[in-house]
Amino acid sequence: MDLGPHAGFILASYAFTALVMGALVLNAVRDRRAQARALRGFEALRGSGEGRR
Amino acid sequence: MSSAPISLWTRLSNPSHFMRWSGTLAPWLAGLSGLVLALGLYLAWFVAPPDYQQGETVRIMFIHVPAAWLGVFFYGAMSLSAVGTLVWRHPLADVAQRAAAPIGAAFTLICLVTGSLWGKPMWGTYWVWDARLTSMLLLFLIYCGIVALWRTMEDPNRAARAVAILTLVGAVNLPIIKFSVNWWSTLHQPASILRMGGPTIDPSMLYPLLVMILAATLGGTTLHLYAMRTEVMRRRVRTLTIREAERLDAGRVAVTAPPDALPQAL
Repeated sequence: MDLGPHAGFILASYAFTALVMGALVLNAVRDRRAQARALRGFEALRGSGEGRR
Repeated sequence: MSSAPISLWTRLSNPSHFMRWSGTLAPWLAGLSGLVLALGLYLAWFVAPPDYQQGETVRIMFIHVPAAWLGVFFYGAMSLSAVGTLVWRHPLADVAQRAAAPIGAAFTLICLVTGSLWGKPMWGTYWVWDARLTSMLLLFLIYCGIVALWRTMEDPNRAARAVAILTLVGAVNLPIIKFSVNWWSTLHQPASILRMGGPTIDPSMLYPLLVMILAATLGGTTLHLYAMRTEVMRRRVRTLTIREAERLDAGRVAVTAPPDALPQAL
């Protein structure tokens, strides 16, 4: 596909969008994992009886 | 409004119910977003013809316009949530607001950068201090301010009220963004989709654009739902951390001070 003389601008636009969206998704997944890990930690604490002592 | 929709709304917006229904809905929504995005990209790259004036550069519009729409859409959603926080103090309202801010900021940034990359070959410049461009830049700065404010306050309830007020003040910018191209003489073209008399874009480009707008809206909503669920989890972690710290504190007092010395120890 020939994008003409402004191919650089077109490809840069799509690349930047992919980069920002990728960062947004990765950050969301990383954040979710951190919260899930912390919640599992509390559940393990409760399971071991520490939380009731 | 009858009581049935109100009770349904109350039930759906209860945090526990929200975690249940959103957990089921999110994967389906993500799959649907992916499919619509694939279709949109196919139409934008292989079906839509080059524009008679812009040439192939028109393909930037298939990401620029959806990004602009979502930048404004998420701010509108945040303003509604801000009313929910200030008037009803609904726990999910500030969760929704906090989760939306980084997503709205990201789409606004994409809109600004792709617009700039389109502007250079078409207008001969990356940037002009035109009313539409400036009001979009202001929207991005407001988003950044909101994200920063959330991060500076430890207590989410205090932060929610401050952010809600800032959000509502910033909402003044939304009609300015929309009507700037009519109120002032701008380099940015006037509305070409949402206008009296219908869209001015040729159907061969309009339909791919509408599919891309739908894909971006579905994708943005999926991300928002996902981020809201994470935010609910973060608040649970915070509550459990405080409870655990209080328990440890109470245990330390019990160990270090005999019961009759407690008043002096405290």
